[in-house]
Formats: sequence, structure tokens, C-alpha cells
Amino acid sequence: MLEIMEGSHAVAKSVGLCRPGVIAAYPITPQTHIVEALADMVADCSIDAEYITVESEFSALSACLGASAAGSRVYSATTSQGLALMFEVCFNCAGMRFPVVMSIVNRAMGAPLSIWNDQQDSISLRDSGWLQLYAEDNQEAADLHYIAYRVAEDHRVLLPAFVCFDGFILSHTYEPVDMLTRKQAESYLPPFKPYHRLDAADPISFGLFAAPDYYMEFRYAIDQAMKQARSIIPEAGTEFSEMFGRDYSGLTEAYRIDDADCAIVAMGSICGTVKDAIDEMRNAGKKVGLLKLRAFRPFPEKEVQKALAGVSTVAVLDKNISLGSKGAVALEIRDALYGSQITVLDYIIALGGRDVRKKDIATVVASAEAGVGDLFYGLREEVLK
Amino acid sequence: MKGDEAACVLFDAGHRACGGCAAAMAARFILEAAGKDTIIVSSTGCMEVFSTPYPETAWNVPWIHSLFENNSAVASGIVASLKKQGRKEKVIALGGDGATFDIGILCISGAFERGHDFTYICYDNEAYMNTGIQRSGATPYDASTTTSPAGKCSYGNPRPKKDLPAILAAHGAPYVATASIAYPPDLKKKVEKAVNTPGPCYIQIHAPCCTGWGFESEKTITIGKLAIETGLWVNYEMEEGKVTRVKKVVRKPVEAYLTEQKRFRHLFKPKRNDAEIAKIQAIADRNAEKFGIDIKLKA
Ligand SMILES: Cc1ncc(C[n+]2csc(CCOP(=O)(O)OP(=O)(O)O)c2C)c(N)n1
Ligand SMILES: [Mg+2]
Repeated sequence: MLEIMEGSHAVAKSVGLCRPGVIAAYPITPQTHIVEALADMVADCSIDAEYITVESEFSALSACLGASAAGSRVYSATTSQGLALMFEVCFNCAGMRFPVVMSIVNRAMGAPLSIWNDQQDSISLRDSGWLQLYAEDNQEAADLHYIAYRVAEDHRVLLPAFVCFDGFILSHTYEPVDMLTRKQAESYLPPFKPYHRLDAADPISFGLFAAPDYYMEFRYAIDQAMKQARSIIPEAGTEFSEMFGRDYSGLTEAYRIDDADCAIVAMGSICGTVKDAIDEMRNAGKKVGLLKLRAFRPFPEKEVQKALAGVSTVAVLDKNISLGSKGAVALEIRDALYGSQITVLDYIIALGGRDVRKKDIATVVASAEAGVGDLFYGLREEVLK
Repeated sequence: MKGDEAACVLFDAGHRACGGCAAAMAARFILEAAGKDTIIVSSTGCMEVFSTPYPETAWNVPWIHSLFENNSAVASGIVASLKKQGRKEKVIALGGDGATFDIGILCISGAFERGHDFTYICYDNEAYMNTGIQRSGATPYDASTTTSPAGKCSYGNPRPKKDLPAILAAHGAPYVATASIAYPPDLKKKVEKAVNTPGPCYIQIHAPCCTGWGFESEKTITIGKLAIETGLWVNYEMEEGKVTRVKKVVRKPVEAYLTEQKRFRHLFKPKRNDAEIAKIQAIADRNAEKFGIDIKLKA
């Protein structure tokens, strides 16, 4: 049934339906509405979870790690500065293969302090071993949580997962969202079955130190699990589509790309604007399409190659910047298309919440067609003076 | 002894601790008291490193190590998970003094304030030993470490030991105690009491480190006893914030303790430093007064 809901509430409700045994989170804008809503559900006994009101994000994720080790499904949510504070624990969760699921309500990194949206926070955890899924709208943000748990907890994967969605643009926006019923959620996501757990009846040790003769194999195993997830995510997404009619069967999603000359590549809420802009450009006779990345980790290399095979120019919209290099998405796309004749141009865009409109997308496409790219889009020259 | 056999099973032989390592003794005593239905959460440090080089482990109870500074946050999550599952295992967070006094204090404070049912045990060897004997907030006054070295214009560590038991008692911890590996029955009794007291409890175990303090490995117990006998370490219990039991001694001058350890050598060589020794004696005197440890002998 469709309900008009704030993005945060849609996510919180879905998380509740995923039935985590332990929730640990620390408030930070724009994530707060999620953890407040979950606290309400716990207070009303509408969900049966232990809610730990930790003293920091660092402890939030550490507590999730412990609870996951003890055998519970766990949940946390954060953004930006909070995620940065979790940095060390993020690598640990992945290294110990705990399937923690965490919402990242994407926000810029300070300094300067900004509470507004870009994707620098989750992108900066690119190499931590977490799956990274990005949502375009509130429906997708809500649904990806079920899929994230399914994939993370799959014993062929066993990796933690970020479900990323844009701060304010999605989190604080009301949209119609179709919520699963409790029964549907239970039929899609079974109870958590830990691969190993801390248990006095079967004592094992977690988190040993590895000398140089063992360390590399652990890293290799994580990388293999990531690559395995390239097929498990579509598997879980396809099953979701079959059960509930919303299509998450791909690591990527193409929009009007089949006969396109120029393709835009983007992640998150900006894809909605891009689709509208494409419709207008198409009406004006331009052959433009979009490749939306739903998964950034694992990176869908093959899908990208296939989807972009027919285009001559790719304009990547990066809501992040690897300072001193390029946007993280553009680097991946260039790598995936290495050896092809396709031109890949990077546009650093919408950092710190700067608005993007359809006309900006049209300008980007025009620049790409003129071969002008690898730039910060929309800089205010008067501020730089 | 039967008890010792059981302890060896729970914290097994074959680990890589130095000969005479008090932390290894502490692990044995702790598990002997706590029993097999215990989950241990270790912080990064000597104990973790010497007991779990992959693919080996000395722990025959469920054990987890995550980071240097988060064992009490990890423990919080474990306690919450056990509660949710209706499981009854005891949870002990085990950390060195660096993990406990310094880098982990935020997580400990949070976990104690929230009142989770677990026991935090610090094995206090009074410096960061795993990284090569650097000072911590638990390093005693004037001890020479690699980051508080004695020198032409330094007498060693310039600050006295942080009073962590008082800080955790102030969080409302129902049971706080200090203990020493030199007195195993007392230590075990305290561990047993802590794990059976609901709420967050804290035990700080004096754990002399032959490598870091500079004494022969067979002297660990002797040094531990001297710390108590000089009043530089006091064994006590606090219940609901009040000191309820104290080990009393016929006190020896602090020199008896200091002269046995290379970390204090600079106070005696090349020249005896009466002024600094007097300051350390004053610390022992204050401890004696505060806790009333002196047994008065009749003249
Ligand atoms: C965040 C972080 N900072 C620093 C270190 C390096 N480090 C590892 S163990 C350790 C000292 C441990 O001291 P303590 O807790 O007293 O335990 P001990 O080794 O003395 O038993 C340090 C500084 C680390 N592992 N993690
Ligand atoms: Mg230490």
C-alpha cells in the first residue's frame, strides 16, 4: 500500500521490518529522523530490538560488531563525520566478515562544516570492504535495506553493507512509498543465521592477528566475497522483483541508453533529475541516456562495459572528489572502459549540497559533446577571486 | 590442583608471553574464577598478541578482539545481543592500562553509564608494553619509559597514576576492586564477585612486567608483593562507591620496591635523588592515609 512518507521514516520502517536484534546508533544530521523513529518503535514495542544509545559513532559500530559476533542481526545509521569516526571499525567489520547493515545518509565531509549532501562520506570508505548500494528515491532506499541484509548475511558473501541515500534530498523529503507488510518482509528475509558466533558451548576466537604468512589470504578472501556479491546482489534483487514487483535485478539500471551517443553515469538521487533532463533532451532530438549505478562496491565492471558499449561519450557525475586526482566514479568507469574508443569525461558536481537542475545536466551533456570535461561543474568564479 | 587444571584448559599453555608475564597469569586466574561460560573481549595489546597468533589461540572460551580502544563498546553489543537471545554467558572486557586509562576511556565511560551487565578488567602493567614500553596514564610518577625517559632534565614520567577506579565508581559502578597477581586467591574472589554482580563492574589488576620494568622474570610475584607492602599499590574493594575492604600491611619504605626495577634506576644512579624519592614516598603515604592500610606495630 502506498503511503506518503518522509524518506527517513520509510527507511526506519523497513529496517524495523528487517527485525534487527540490536540497534546501536548516534544522532547526526541528516540521519537523526531514522534513529528517532526506531527509538519510537522500540519504546512502543512495535519492534523487538535492543537499542543501545551509545556515546559515539565509534561505539555504535563497535557495539554492532560485538552484537553481530554474538549472533544478532544488527543495524546502525550514520553520515559524514560520524562515518569518519567509524573508519577503524568499518575495516574491522569487513575483516571479521560481520554482515552489519548501515544506512549512510550521504553528507559532505568537513571542513568547512557542511550538513548538506554529497557522497564524499561513503566514497571515502570505498576500500573498507563494505558493499555499497545507492538509492535513487525513497522507495529504493527503503527496499535496498532488505536486499542488503539478504546479500550481507548470505554465507557466500558475509560482508557488511552500506545502503546510501542522499541527505535531505531523500531523507527529509516526502514521497509515496510502498511498504512491505510484516509477512512479506519475513518471507523475503529469513531470521539471521550467523556463520559463527561467540558461544560458550562452542568456543572460538575472533579477530586474531595475522603475520605476513597469512594476512594476504584474508584480504584475497574478502575480495573474492565482493566479487561473489556481483552475482548475489542481482540474485537477491531479482527475487525481490518477483515477489513485490519492483525491479532491482541489476547492479546498474539503464535509462534510454540503447541508441544513445552520450551516456551520463551517476549514483543516487541525482538520477531522477537526470532522467527528466534526458526526456527533454530526447524531445529536442539529442541521443542521451543514463547509466545509474546501484552498486558501487562491488563495482559492476561487466555491466558497465556492456551498457556503455554503444556510446561514444560518457559524462560521469561525481558527487565526490579524490582530491589531487578525479571523482571516484569516473576513475572506475575509465578503468572499466580502458582500451575502448569511448571518451570518459568527469564532472565534479553538487558538492556540499549545491543544487543541480535539469538545465545543468543539459550543460554537462553539451560540454561532454564538445569534449570539455574533467572539471568542477558550476564553480562560482566570484567566490574564487 | 584441580582448579589449576581447569584454568589451564580455559587459558591454554603454548602462548607467546614472556617468561614471568603477569598478564598471562592474570588471564589464567580470571578464567579460573569466571569459568567456562564467559565471553572475553580483548583489546589490542600484549595479551591479545601473545595469545592469538593466527591460526592458534590460547583461549578455550569464546574470545574476540576488535581494536585497541573499543572492547567495552564491543562488549556492550555482546551483552545486548545475549539479552535479546536470552543467553546467560558472562561478558568480560579485558584491556591493558593503555586501552583502559587512555584510548578506550570514552567507550568504557559510555558502557558504564549505560549500565550494561559486564565486567571490565584492566591488567595494569603501567605502560604500553606491546609497542615497546611507552608511558600511559597508568604509569607511576618518575618511571622511565621510552616516551618518558629519564634524562639530564627529566626524572621520568612527570605525572602520577590516574585514579581510574574512582572515576568508574563515580559512574555508579556497583563493584570496583583492585587486585594483584601476587595474591591469586584474593584476585579470583574479586573476579567471581564482579561477574556475579549485576551491572558494570571494574577490576584493576597490578601486573608487573619484567620486560618493561626491568627485573628478572622469576621476581614477578616478589615485585607485586613489594608494591603492596610499600603502599604504592593498594588492594581494595568499593561497593556502591564506598571502600568496603582494604588489604592492610606493615609498610616498607618505597625504596624497597623502587630499587628492584630498572625503570626507577635513575633515582639511585649515578647519584641518589632524595628529593624525588621523597615525592614517591609521599604518594605511598597518601595512599596509606586515604585507605587506612597501615598495621600499627606496638613499639
Ligand atoms: C588506534 C591505535 N593506536 C595505537 C595502536 C598501537 N598500539 C597497539 S597496542 C598498544 C599499547 C597497548 O598498551 P596497553 O593497553 O597498556 O597493553 P599492553 O601492551 O601493555 O599489555 C598501542 C599503542 C593501535 N593498535 N591502535
Ligand atoms: Mg600496559
